[in-house]
Amino acid sequence: MRYSALNILRQGLTGNKGWKPLWRDPTPKPEYDIVIVGAGGHGLATAYYLAKEYGLTNIAVLEKGWLGSGNIGRNTTIIRSNYMLLGNEPFYEMSMKLWEGLEQDFNYNAMVSQRSILNLFHSDPQRDAFVRRANSMLLAGADAELADEAQLRRELPFLDFDNARFPIKGGLYQRRGGTVRHDAVAWGYARGADQRGVDIIQNCEVTGFQIKNGVCAGVDTVRGPIRAKKVAVCVAGSSGRVMSLAGMRLPIESHVLQAFVTEGLKPVLPGVITFGAGHFYVSQSDKGGLVFGGDIDGYNTYAQRGNLPVVEDVAEGGMAIMPMIGRTRLLRSWGGVMDMSMDGSPFIDKTHIDGLYFNGGWCYGGFKATPASGFCYAHLLAKDTPHPVATEYRLDRFRRGHLIDEKGVGAQPNLH
Amino acid sequence: MIINHPLLGPRDAAEFVYLGDASLMERPDPQGPEAADNFHDYAYLRKNPAGEHRELWYHEQGDRSWLVVTRNTLTHEISKVELARDVAVTRRGGQ
Repeated sequence: MRYSALNILRQGLTGNKGWKPLWRDPTPKPEYDIVIVGAGGHGLATAYYLAKEYGLTNIAVLEKGWLGSGNIGRNTTIIRSNYMLLGNEPFYEMSMKLWEGLEQDFNYNAMVSQRSILNLFHSDPQRDAFVRRANSMLLAGADAELADEAQLRRELPFLDFDNARFPIKGGLYQRRGGTVRHDAVAWGYARGADQRGVDIIQNCEVTGFQIKNGVCAGVDTVRGPIRAKKVAVCVAGSSGRVMSLAGMRLPIESHVLQAFVTEGLKPVLPGVITFGAGHFYVSQSDKGGLVFGGDIDGYNTYAQRGNLPVVEDVAEGGMAIMPMIGRTRLLRSWGGVMDMSMDGSPFIDKTHIDGLYFNGGWCYGGFKATPASGFCYAHLLAKDTPHPVATEYRLDRFRRGHLIDEKGVGAQPNLH
Repeated sequence: MIINHPLLGPRDAAEFVYLGDASLMERPDPQGPEAADNFHDYAYLRKNPAGEHRELWYHEQGDRSWLVVTRNTLTHEISKVELARDVAVTRRGGQ
């Protein structure tokens, strides 16, 4: 069923009895052309673009729990393409362009809201670094705008400009950045894929890969074996666990990132704002709650919960730029497991096992990449060559020395 | 998390800096025949288990000792804490 204003009117007049579930609940077939492991944002986007752009529909998406139960439902919903390096920026700008057309494309309301993102800077050297990044963004076709202190004082008077330690000197705007209703992204992609014939199979944990003589011919699941010409793993957060079933060790550590929501407030924040001297990013949801987060906890973990020192650190970051939030109360906090890669950048690649593909290592930036990640992974699966904007996301880049290290901190995953 | 320091007793994990997989102590031989491959695996392909994990913590805001902590990555439960120095000496055969 196609969603439209006319349809809402028609359903409203007939007691809303004609709405259908967004996707079927099929039993797995014994064989598919492509099996995607993981029905999160990236996995569902991959299935959607495979069906829509590359005409492949004999596909199953296997999910251990329920659809969208991982990081697609646990992030702080920010979209942006304000990266610097050549291996990253064109990819994230492609993602931004896909976000801009996404709702029309998959006919579903994902509440894409380009309410802008502002990265604050606090010193002259940091301003120089942001100018450089802004130029790099402009070269890749993205938008970037430098705001000086006077402009910010007019636009965001509540910021602590005269903070003794970290005075605010200006900021880098990306006006096209913003937020998206994260669950709706998973639901929209799932519905679009399902309508085109993709089987989305929930409660179907993968327990092993059928690998013989260096060729992957399918997966074993709790609902029986499923043969496949290609197996595409897309389980960020659990990459280490799942790929160890194929005997692979990855340039990835698993870490927990916490996020927080306050009680609902009247509109106070126009867009996304980030602190430049610590790690803190905040936006306000349509319900009024401030949604914010900061650093990862910093130690290997697969537990979807964090510890208190980071809560304190994040709160301090918030208080350093906007003291007005000191009286709001936290309603909820939660944690999600991140694939922290050795250079802070992701992987979309074939593995050394024929027929086995890997997508992961998104650190804590996977949500904004969802559309492009799905698109490029679909391209790789359909054509067996990387998409032009994702050629750098190779698993062997450390061996070759072609790292994509935005932050320049080296092989220390908890610092990316 | 509380780390039970072998010399100082229970200390808050916030006093420590985390480095990661304890096999970083076992540096490959730079003169060995496959040194490039071994250093790639050493630096980039670390253990990342869901379960028991041996890892290096540095007591930066304390006695500046390196510890080898055995911790469960699913429950955060710490089962063993050793001085990294002791671990290294034992590995070298008590020298």
